[in-house]
Amino acid sequence: MSLLTIAWKSIRQRLLASSLTGLSVALGVALMVAVLIINGVFGRLFSQNSVGYDLVVGPKGSQWQLILNTIYRVDIPIAKMPWRFYQQIAERPDVGTAIPMAVSDTTEIGDFPSVATTKEFFKVPYAYDDRGEPRHFAIPAEGHAFLRGPWDAVIGAEVARRNGWGVGSTFRLRHAGTETHIHEEEFTIQGVLAPTGTANDRTVFVDLRGFFLIGGHDEPIEEAIAREMEYFGETEEQVRQRYAAEIAQMELEAAAHASGGEGHHHHQDPPDLIKGVSAILVLMRGNPERQEMHALARGAQAMHMAAEFRNRLAAQAVPPLQVISQIRERLIGNINLALLVLTVLIIAVSGVGIFVSIYNSMSDRRREIAILRALGARRSSVFSIILLESLILCVGGGLLGLALGHGLVFVAGPIIESRSGYLIDPFAFEAAELWLIPSLIAMATLVGFLPGLTAYRTDVAAALAE
Amino acid sequence: MSLLLEQVRKSYREPNGHRLPVLDIARFELQSGEQVALVGQSGGGKTTLLNVIAGITSVDAGRVLVDGVDVARLNEVRRDRFRAERIGMIFQTFNLLPGLTALENVLLGMTFCNRVDRAYAAELLRRVGLGHRLSHRPRQLSVGEQQRVAVARALANRPRLMLADEPTANVDLANQQKVLDLIRDACREHGVSLLLVTHAPEVSAQFERVEKLADFNHPEASP
Repeated sequence: MSLLTIAWKSIRQRLLASSLTGLSVALGVALMVAVLIINGVFGRLFSQNSVGYDLVVGPKGSQWQLILNTIYRVDIPIAKMPWRFYQQIAERPDVGTAIPMAVSDTTEIGDFPSVATTKEFFKVPYAYDDRGEPRHFAIPAEGHAFLRGPWDAVIGAEVARRNGWGVGSTFRLRHAGTETHIHEEEFTIQGVLAPTGTANDRTVFVDLRGFFLIGGHDEPIEEAIAREMEYFGETEEQVRQRYAAEIAQMELEAAAHASGGEGHHHHQDPPDLIKGVSAILVLMRGNPERQEMHALARGAQAMHMAAEFRNRLAAQAVPPLQVISQIRERLIGNINLALLVLTVLIIAVSGVGIFVSIYNSMSDRRREIAILRALGARRSSVFSIILLESLILCVGGGLLGLALGHGLVFVAGPIIESRSGYLIDPFAFEAAELWLIPSLIAMATLVGFLPGLTAYRTDVAAALAE
Repeated sequence: MSLLLEQVRKSYREPNGHRLPVLDIARFELQSGEQVALVGQSGGGKTTLLNVIAGITSVDAGRVLVDGVDVARLNEVRRDRFRAERIGMIFQTFNLLPGLTALENVLLGMTFCNRVDRAYAAELLRRVGLGHRLSHRPRQLSVGEQQRVAVARALANRPRLMLADEPTANVDLANQQKVLDLIRDACREHGVSLLLVTHAPEVSAQFERVEKLADFNHPEASP
């Protein structure tokens, strides 16, 4: 009979106390596993690979608001920027691709955020994987991602799943900031994106032209002119002169609308003057001729452009990764750290529980220890038996906790996913979990040491005489 | 010769710092296969003597030769090993581990000399009449059965010397003789020397050699 068997039998002898102490470790570990996995999900969401764009250009204001709105589809846009400004950015020699975006309305069903953009959005990588390889949008089976007509839409995987939408389904948008103002225009879904594990999964993408053609999205001319003046330092006269034809056309339409005529012309492009975008996603040109220098060149160009924009009054160019790392470090990181500390404390408390349980049992087990010694067990053998008991409880509890934790993620993952929209793989495994068992072994050694020492020091003759 | 004690002295330190002599034995011996009943007053040092012979308690001076090996000169690890290999012990309170079955308790007697032999353990239990109780735990056995398991366990390491400390004291009258016969027969059968401590005259009366501890132990004369 091995020492391990003796230790195991001793644990079984005190089944209730052993089960409860083992369970306390299991619950601590289960919580830790769940926290680690959720931490992993948010870590990836806010990781250095989570965004494929070099810069996000937006109106001056909070960098966090710009990134949260543009990348994570939370919070409202800061303001709108003129279409001409987007064209200027797109024509810069150091810019490879510039993608205009307008984030504001939500879907009538499900309240998912909408992003009005162009087909370019789907052609560039939305993120990078762990090896730094670009991750492109993929559309499984039928459908095509590109927004061809103004009333075309592409939807994220979560939107499709939750709303039961597919290619050919139609939907309407609720005007931003309202409960009941539903735009009458309908978008037709042309494609459903494969899951990406990003906010894109819970977003609908509509064609920018259609977005501007929606009633209510064409701003008053005065506001559009004021914006042009702010962005380009021109006088009202200069702006009116530049857009004279468009303004005349718009005023004509407004007059016709006022007299009961047709207000919107959905068959044509909206005038540039009233096309306001909330953000511009920028991929720098880099150095396509020298592939090994490409990434470096892109980084340098992005830094240069961001610095250049610091002196501008109306707009800012923000490296998204910089803001994302701020969000991770200042917000998510602290929350996760707090949760991790809490779960470490829970496990430490379970460790103390094991210590108390074994240590308290030592006074009852003096005779048992003495019998083993009388039968020829060395001091080191009885020490090992106690240590093994501690190890069995800690590691056994830990393994149970791992199973419980993954079970918890398996069960709760889809619920969190449906409530938050963030994809949680029910079979997710975090590398940090590999540290759990060695840590538990260390803890078992620590909490088993003192009771083991008590066993080691047992006076056999005195204990047998008791 | 199975056991020889020469000039053995053992004392304990009292709370007031004085030393209390317990054993002072000039010579005591036990031949191979011999069975001796040791009698004496309570607190006279009988259990201490058994512990000294088993190497559980160290001596202040003297030689304790068991099967030719001076236990008193061995370090603790070697004494433990020696006890595990050569000495069988039977206690007044049986001292079975409650979490183990009868068979596992017997196996325990083999564990620390690395001679685990499941078949032999079962055979020993069969010989003490418990072949049908192998997987029973101590609390599921009668008092007499528990002491029989203890006897089987004491024999499990194939000892050269059996030390029994009042093995019938906690057994009911009906079982006392059975347990005594079992111990003596088993020792005889395995060629094991037996030193059995008892208070009961009806037990000691059955031994050819009965030693009174007070006759050869004179701690009061210790310096």
